[in-house]
Amino acid sequence: MTRKSRRLVLIGAGLSVLALAAGLILTALNDTIVFFRTPTEIAQKQIAPGGRVRLGGLVEPGSVEKTGAAVRFAVTDGNHQVIVAYRGLLPDLFREGQGVVAEGVLQMDGTVSADSVLAKHDERYMPREVADALKKSGHWKEGEPGGPVPQQSVPATPKPAPSGAAVPSSILPAATPASASSRSPAP
Amino acid sequence: MIAELGQYALILALALALVQMVVPAWGAAKDDAVLMGVAAPVALAVLGFVTFAFGALVAVYVTSDFSVVNVVENSHSQMPLVYKITSTWGNHEGSMMLWVFVLAVFAGMVALFGSNLPDRLKANALAVQGAIASAFLGFILLTSNPFLRMIPAPAEGRDLNPVLQDPGLAIHPPLLYLGYVGLSIAFSFAMAALIEGRIDAAWARWVRPWTLAAWLFLTLGIAMGSYWAYYELGWGGWWFWDPVENASLMPWLAATALLHSAVVMEKRDALKIWTILLAILAFSLSLIGTFLVRSGVLTSVHAFASDPTRGVFILGILTLFIGGGLLMFALRAGELRQGGLFAPVSREGALVFNNLFLTAATASVFVGTLYPLALEALTDAKITVGPPFFNLTFGGLMLPLVFAMPFGPLLAWKRGDLLGVAQRLTLAAGFAVIAGVVTAAAEGGPVLAAVAIGLAVFIMAGALTDIVERAGIGRVSAPVAWARLRGLPRSTFGTAVAHFGVGVCLIGIVSETTWSLERIASVKLGDTITIGTRDLTFARIENRAGANFTARTAIFEIRSGGLSQGTVEASRRMFAARQMATTESGIRTFGFSQLYLSMGEEETNGAVSVRVTWKPLVTLIWLGAVVMALGGGLSLADRRLRVGAPKPARRRAAAPVAAE
Repeated sequence: MTRKSRRLVLIGAGLSVLALAAGLILTALNDTIVFFRTPTEIAQKQIAPGGRVRLGGLVEPGSVEKTGAAVRFAVTDGNHQVIVAYRGLLPDLFREGQGVVAEGVLQMDGTVSADSVLAKHDERYMPREVADALKKSGHWKEGEPGGPVPQQSVPATPKPAPSGAAVPSSILPAATPASASSRSPAP
Repeated sequence: MIAELGQYALILALALALVQMVVPAWGAAKDDAVLMGVAAPVALAVLGFVTFAFGALVAVYVTSDFSVVNVVENSHSQMPLVYKITSTWGNHEGSMMLWVFVLAVFAGMVALFGSNLPDRLKANALAVQGAIASAFLGFILLTSNPFLRMIPAPAEGRDLNPVLQDPGLAIHPPLLYLGYVGLSIAFSFAMAALIEGRIDAAWARWVRPWTLAAWLFLTLGIAMGSYWAYYELGWGGWWFWDPVENASLMPWLAATALLHSAVVMEKRDALKIWTILLAILAFSLSLIGTFLVRSGVLTSVHAFASDPTRGVFILGILTLFIGGGLLMFALRAGELRQGGLFAPVSREGALVFNNLFLTAATASVFVGTLYPLALEALTDAKITVGPPFFNLTFGGLMLPLVFAMPFGPLLAWKRGDLLGVAQRLTLAAGFAVIAGVVTAAAEGGPVLAAVAIGLAVFIMAGALTDIVERAGIGRVSAPVAWARLRGLPRSTFGTAVAHFGVGVCLIGIVSETTWSLERIASVKLGDTITIGTRDLTFARIENRAGANFTARTAIFEIRSGGLSQGTVEASRRMFAARQMATTESGIRTFGFSQLYLSMGEEETNGAVSVRVTWKPLVTLIWLGAVVMALGGGLSLADRRLRVGAPKPARRRAAAPVAAE
């Protein structure tokens, strides 16, 4: 084989692997991506049931019902709410009134049957997508502690939590250490 | 005082790093030996000052000096000493300090052990190292100063994030950084080669041990991170395809490809341009990983304070080095001389195959990680690219690669005999088929799982076949075979062991994902949960106290077939300083399998929700990685690859650079 034909074999092999990779990536992107939705979008956009969604918002206070290991709660963005059914352990930082992201299948009755529930990443931040969604729905005030707005230098004393804020704030506003990715498993 | 000295040392280190960047490169251009000679001592001085600064930061943490902002935010006087030390890098500033410290250590090692490197190569490589160090020292000093004071000083710190109060923090970040930053050496050597416009087999011999060492640490670092997430986050997942994990996987894949292509370059003087490109890409992916993790683009366990100025600064560094690296490559790669010829079916061909699939897999991970970010920036749509995407693309690309793995080492250089190799692998294939059939019969489950187990056994048996064939076991008398076995280079064993490790890891992955059992239940005292052949009885629940937390611990007795197998306990810890709870899972290891228990919140009626999982052979996932790293270590111990090893006598003068 000449140098040229060997090079052609090499280039051919490279291109076919590239084509295989591109094909796999495109197929997978078509079939497996999941869109993030707010309760308002689910209410208004008429999303087809049976598909997977990532639902984000705040856990409606008083809506959490536990029966054994099964749990139901409402996720709200202040305008609409969607009921989430989940079976399993809730993450450590799951609290009423706090940000949450639930991923699962949208049912015919408009509820979401979740197989994973993520809460805030640590005691200060809420999931970024939730914060963005709340900003969109007008239930977020820029610069509140507890939000994803970074604060670099630290006040010596903890700020008091503003009362009556739509977004719950933490006691300790500060630039921060790492956070707990509190996830829960698929049951 | 210590904090000020630390900061002063950092500034001096930056000044020296700038000298290290400019003077040797200038000397190399002017061919001035004196100017080039500046590189090594300056690199060592940078190492000295950075070590001092890092030591100063550790010191303020150990003494709980709450007049330093960083300590206030991430430490607490009641933390055990080990966590006071590790919390040094359990935050953004300290973690960047660790990054720069490791970088300085690597440059210092090149300076120390590179005495038989050609002068110009050494000077240019250290200059590039100096440039990287300058950029990151500048980043720390301008945007992430760890020594910032707080006046008046509070009496108590805010404690380290409880999730990080774990021995894992002592091991995972240093190992990972040794891997990430170790790749900077490959990058610097590649840039030096491009600056000089020449490269040869000797270059590959210099770069391989560094890449191998970086790869080894990266392997262990990723495995450690995976195990840490597994036991700490409380639900027993060991890989989430989280962008931050992908950020460490991409450099690993590129480094793995680089290791293999460097072999071709060293042995056959071929694939030069490609190897250079891979060296640039591997470190670029490390930088991208640092950017993804540190810029706050992603929210994750690792995203410490997100600050736009930091993100922009790192993006600047990223553009400079990746852009600069690729630009140099585009300008100079054409001048590199083409190397040896080989047939498509040959050892070289197999290594090219390896490289094609590894880089394609890297690309698929890259797309999956960055596509959501790009889409959100462009269209405002928020999407998640989750495990199904990666399982399909990454899995699909790894499958042919692992299947081809046993063939590679058995093929001859230049022109191989595929049929002959296939014949020699018949026995291994036989084992694989038996393993697959036995698995399918005994465990059931999807056919694909049985096939994958067969594939794993094929890899393991194939790795052993290589050793058996080389030693001639079964073909020659035992003493001869033994003598041959002893005479085999360590890197041959290294290859076999590392490949064997891939098989071990694959068995763990397949077994855990296919045959895990799970029970979720709400239990009261005395209740029993049955999982597999075991019964778990909720024996008691009690309060415990740690140095800086209180815990509620649930204890379950394990019985199997009427025999007691001890207890397993899970707990929830409450950390007073941060008002934060964490779940501590209970893990019992039986053979290679594990029983995993985690508890949820206690309800008012005394019931506790618990999740019990039986994870068959799960430990093989990490053991496999350890075996891979062991293989890397064996190769590193090979005298031909030892850093600074003298030129082997039989190497021809065709490698002029090695001759000094």
